[in-house]
Amino acid sequence: MCLAVPGQVESLHDDAGLRMARIDFGGVYKTVCVETLADVAPGAWVLVHAGVALQLLDAEAAAESLRLLAEAARLGPTP
Amino acid sequence: MRFVEEYRDPALMRGIADAIVRRATRRWTIMEVCGGQTHAIVEHGIDQLLDPAVELLHGPGCPVCVTPLETLDRAAALAEEAGAIVCTFGDMLRVPGTRGDLFSVRARGGAVRVVYAPLDAARLAERTPDRAVVFLAVGFETTAPAVATAARWARARGLGNFFLLVSHVRVPPALEAIASAEDTRVEAFLAAGHVCTVMGTAEYEPIARRHRLPIVATGFEPVDILEGVALAVEQLEAGETGVSIQYRRAVRPAGNPAARAILDEVFEIADRPWRGIGVVPGGGFALRSAYHALDAERAFPLLAARAPVTEPAACRAGDVLRGALRPPECPAFGRACTPEHPLGAPMVSTEGACAAYYRWRGAEACA
Ligand code: SF4
Repeated sequence: MCLAVPGQVESLHDDAGLRMARIDFGGVYKTVCVETLADVAPGAWVLVHAGVALQLLDAEAAAESLRLLAEAARLGPTP
Repeated sequence: MRFVEEYRDPALMRGIADAIVRRATRRWTIMEVCGGQTHAIVEHGIDQLLDPAVELLHGPGCPVCVTPLETLDRAAALAEEAGAIVCTFGDMLRVPGTRGDLFSVRARGGAVRVVYAPLDAARLAERTPDRAVVFLAVGFETTAPAVATAARWARARGLGNFFLLVSHVRVPPALEAIASAEDTRVEAFLAAGHVCTVMGTAEYEPIARRHRLPIVATGFEPVDILEGVALAVEQLEAGETGVSIQYRRAVRPAGNPAARAILDEVFEIADRPWRGIGVVPGGGFALRSAYHALDAERAFPLLAARAPVTEPAACRAGDVLRGALRPPECPAFGRACTPEHPLGAPMVSTEGACAAYYRWRGAEACA
């Protein structure tokens, strides 16, 4: 139930008093509510659950932790 | 998909698992507290990869499983006796209530609809002003902001026919209850990543301190879970306790303040019964007084007059949810209880531990 899916913000609009965003989930588009984000712009990666954005994803933190993991697992850098 | 595929790399998984096994000087007992993590662990055999170093206990991380039987019966009564349109997440429809599940309510003519977003239920209410629309609101802190968003919108639009049957639960009091139990075997927790995405990690600090445990906010992909275990084992081996974050791409220490503000506006902390566990102090959310007009419990008098219900004795869901019993050890598992004929919610929910073992281990688990 806590499953949340990453997607990329394509555009933002207002719908009946709610801030909404059109999100690209790997080629599948869905409109979700972004009232839950203080600040969001097209191009941002967000985590979506039950029709609202839970948080902005931190791409730098993601890349760094993967690099550290690969090192720790002595696999060399992942491609 | 980005932020997903790279966390399912089998070579990376094995590398981290081997590093954990090399690091461990003894076998540690770690509980994960999210049904999504439980399914990933069983699906990818993470428990088997880690077996020499770590025993993984599955915690109460399935909101569907802990929703009281009584709440399901109330939802059924609203659809069948009050003529309301009951909306909820798809996961709830096959959970057995006293008189069958919500699918059977629908078969008997009750209006039960599956929605992806609570806002969809509020919009349905706006389109059907002559019908009461009730959203059966289940879920952890991850889901409550979506429900709060719908409640705020319905109130701002002045909708008089949108109601919430609230059964939201909070994770930290459940961890506190498990860690406080006299016979607890838990030496570290993996906290549910998306709950922490919303709430942050501050609520876990006192639990970690009081019980001298590592608590690691952990994601859901196999590599996330293994990294969460690695961080916990490192802390255990070093004799350290405290809260740390594995799931850094989505969890900040303060969570998401904007989402928390919406949650706070609509909900307050309340005691809540957890199915199989009992009343957990501070274990859930209830609507604040400004939102009482949306509260189905207050709006529909037929709910107040209902007799208490008892759980089927054969189901050991309470023990499974506390991590005291592994699903295949339940005498009913795979025999009297299967996903087609479930005795308890953990066998039907996509996050239930019994369903995880049945789906991914099947006969092997039964043997
Ligand atoms: S296997 Fe079925 S009966 Fe046993 S605890 Fe799980 S849900 Fe309940």
